[in-house]
Amino acid sequence: MKSSVITFPGSNCDRDMDVALTKFGFKNKMVWHNDQELPKSDLIVLPGGFSYGDYLRCGSMASKSKIMHSVINFAKSGGLVMGICNGFQILVESGLVPGVLLRNKYLQFICKNIHVKVDNKENTFFKNLDKKVLEFHIAHNEGNYFCTNDQLKEIEDNNQIAIYYCDQNGNTNDQINPNGSIKNIAGILNKEKNVLGMMPHPERMIDQSLSGEDGSIFFKNLLNNIK
Amino acid sequence: MLVNEKIAIEHGLKSDEYKKICKLLKRTPNITELGIFSAMWNEHCSYKSSRIHLKKLHTKGKKVIQGPGENAGVIDIEDGDAIVFKIESHNHPSFIEPYQGAATGVGGIMRDVFTMGARPIANLNSIHFGSTQNKKTKNLLRGVVHGIGGYGNCMGVPTIAGQTSFDRSYNGNILVNAMTLGLVKKDKIFYSKAAGLNKPVIYVGSKTGRDGIHGASMASASFDEKIEEKKPTVQVGDPFTEKLLLEACLELMSGDSIIAIQDMGAAGLTSSSIEMASKGNLGIEINLNKVPCRETKMTPYEIMLSESQERMLIVLESGKEEIAKKIFDKWNLDFAVIGKTTNTKNIELFFDNKQVANIPVNTLVENSPMYDRKWKKSKLPKKNKIDKTIFKSLKIKDTLKKILSSPNVCSKEWIWQQYDHTVMGDTIQKPGGDSGVVRVHKTDKAIAATVDSSATYCWAHPLTGGKQVVCETWRNLISVGAKPIAVTNCLNFGSPEKEENMGEFVECVQGISEACKYLDYPVVSGNVSFYNETKDIGIKPTPTIGGVGLIKDYKKMITMDFKEIDNIVLVIGKTEGHIDQSLLSRIILNENNGPPPEVNLFNEKNNGLTLLNLIEKNFIKSAHDVSLGGIIIAISKMCIKGNKGIQIKKPKFLINEIEYFFAEDQGRYLIEINPKDLKEVSKILDKNSVHYDEIGKIIDKEMIIDQKTKLTIDELKSYNTNWLKSYMV
Repeated sequence: MKSSVITFPGSNCDRDMDVALTKFGFKNKMVWHNDQELPKSDLIVLPGGFSYGDYLRCGSMASKSKIMHSVINFAKSGGLVMGICNGFQILVESGLVPGVLLRNKYLQFICKNIHVKVDNKENTFFKNLDKKVLEFHIAHNEGNYFCTNDQLKEIEDNNQIAIYYCDQNGNTNDQINPNGSIKNIAGILNKEKNVLGMMPHPERMIDQSLSGEDGSIFFKNLLNNIK
Repeated sequence: MLVNEKIAIEHGLKSDEYKKICKLLKRTPNITELGIFSAMWNEHCSYKSSRIHLKKLHTKGKKVIQGPGENAGVIDIEDGDAIVFKIESHNHPSFIEPYQGAATGVGGIMRDVFTMGARPIANLNSIHFGSTQNKKTKNLLRGVVHGIGGYGNCMGVPTIAGQTSFDRSYNGNILVNAMTLGLVKKDKIFYSKAAGLNKPVIYVGSKTGRDGIHGASMASASFDEKIEEKKPTVQVGDPFTEKLLLEACLELMSGDSIIAIQDMGAAGLTSSSIEMASKGNLGIEINLNKVPCRETKMTPYEIMLSESQERMLIVLESGKEEIAKKIFDKWNLDFAVIGKTTNTKNIELFFDNKQVANIPVNTLVENSPMYDRKWKKSKLPKKNKIDKTIFKSLKIKDTLKKILSSPNVCSKEWIWQQYDHTVMGDTIQKPGGDSGVVRVHKTDKAIAATVDSSATYCWAHPLTGGKQVVCETWRNLISVGAKPIAVTNCLNFGSPEKEENMGEFVECVQGISEACKYLDYPVVSGNVSFYNETKDIGIKPTPTIGGVGLIKDYKKMITMDFKEIDNIVLVIGKTEGHIDQSLLSRIILNENNGPPPEVNLFNEKNNGLTLLNLIEKNFIKSAHDVSLGGIIIAISKMCIKGNKGIQIKKPKFLINEIEYFFAEDQGRYLIEINPKDLKEVSKILDKNSVHYDEIGKIIDKEMIIDQKTKLTIDELKSYNTNWLKSYMV
């Protein structure tokens, strides 16, 4: 399976994502933001980091970069696109997924392990996943997901919420919400379910020696689903 | 503007220093030249009060590739790999403007590391604030933490360890020391020594603005009530540009275009150009009209003294300009050929077709002032006679609670959760352990790093304190299973013009040197920060040591969390019951005098190396060094981290249990072993003459000290984790 990771000026999880994808069997290519053409890919990943220094608004300048035209076309024609952290911010800024990402509720950068509940398995990203609760890792300053009531109704009706912040037993509540996201939303899909944006970093959980291994479960499952 | 002695003094120069300048030039300098002299001759850049003593540091060793004198030190970690590292202070700016001060401190030290061709792989910091009662403390802490995170997180370099302390002596002068480690191939290290004539001198990175003018001079003076006026001397950081600069420099460095490279740190274009010329024994000619400027009508004086961040100066191989320009264009960074190397051995500056400065390089460097300042020797304070009946009145549980929740012991999670400590995907020991550990990407090796200081011990007796800090970092590395290799030091002191402060400096340096030499743990880089003083009140002497060690097989790394019920816990090293200067003494007994615990270098080395041997043989399940607060605090932390309890078996000792549990004797560790290994482990310890006591057995969820004294792990956790969070609300 072929994947491509886009590097924007200021991306800093691009290498980590490359390592993870390669580890689980993807043939990965790194793509420069100023390129026009995407290599032939089964999956496009917008990695975490601080594209354009998070200036103006997180993700907003990157969403206008050259390669994003191709990424948007790719997504619109049904191709799989995944945005992690800053990548998620780029996805909302480019309109590929609904909503916005505000500054964390307590106005602080947060770096820690969290749990997410996977409710929605009718998509390529989470289909066939054995576990209902995954331990992931977050590291962000603007991950507070927000949308209007109408939008919320729409994404709930369309089953677009991919993952929720929860405790280790899968309970979602305010105490466990790390950043103030509406409904504890940690990740969201587009209507067609081929675009996923999420704040947690599965690529930082791919080895027993690191923060945990649930990222491995995610990537292995993803590869099998694409095959 | 005509220059005279008054203007020179306003630039922070002394009257006789000004006379020396006129004599060296055989004329009166113009204002640009005076600015250059003042930037090069201030304490921060010239080390004029410290140089004579820094020569005594132990700096050599088999693993040292580059010692002090370059942008950073370099050590060999085998297989053609090397680690570049250094610590640096950004104290003065951080007190004036905590966010930018701390942020640019982190940016500056990372630049020092990647200037040498290394990709930064870990950041650490040691930060010190005034009393928690002081009204400025909270905002300063918040600003500094945001600043460190703001810069390091954006760069995508994990912040893996640190140290935070509170002490009244920092009320008017906080300390912000930032350390960076980078990874480089041994044969791809870059230096700042220029070579060859007529080689193009290239300016890359951000544009030059008016920020930070005289920053280094500001950092070479004490504070007074006009401190707010110094805000414009604080630089403003842009981590995004630095990230681009990092990638662009590493891309250029992968080829063979660069002869020499130097970042523009303190004293900006002045010190970087002079440094490269001086090391290469060359002259340098710069056309200041070519320097990319952010603001209009900048004068030569301003261009030369600006401390705008994220800039580099490069001496390039002739004909490589196009290749280099292409790379910097790709990363959207300014690129300008601003001058060339010459054989004049002078720095010559041109602006609007006129020569605006012409100074022999050696007058700025070799002929810079060097002082052997007067200093006062410290006496070892007399031991306090503690009335032992007081101990009987103390309840262990209350005492433990007070110390475990005290500002200098409590968990610093509130701080390090704001730092990205997992980016780059190689962090295998996070903040909160004895050392931070990162894997060497795509190898079995890992690098452990730690940073420490003990101002209280150094204040009580600088010589002992200096030794102690080095040993503390050594123990932190051993505790995670790393072989200590080398250190970097950041020497934070008050005014060198006072005999007491200068004495503290001289004796701390002596202590550091003795310990480093004995432990074969050389100093490879560092910096000195004097004048940490406000209205005549100086800080406690605070030498900060950053230690670096190697773990050959990262799977053998040790952590401090208790692992398994029924395992046995041993105390390595002898507990004599030293209470003076301990937290028990200061927090509970309100006694601040007396000598610090004695440092026995033989025991330190012997205990440490024996423990490494036990780790190598896979006997050690968890380990933690015993430091502030003594054995009981160390055990509490192991319980908290492992979520397991301990049944303590009180060793039969002559000293009473309060002394046993809370004494801060040096050279000690706690280790967890499987009961079946006890015999073999004892044999090895005995053979190496290492003293040990069995202190207990791991049980579930409860710390049982005796039948009447029990604490649940949740209680311990709440004592330890709540204080800082509720303080910062």
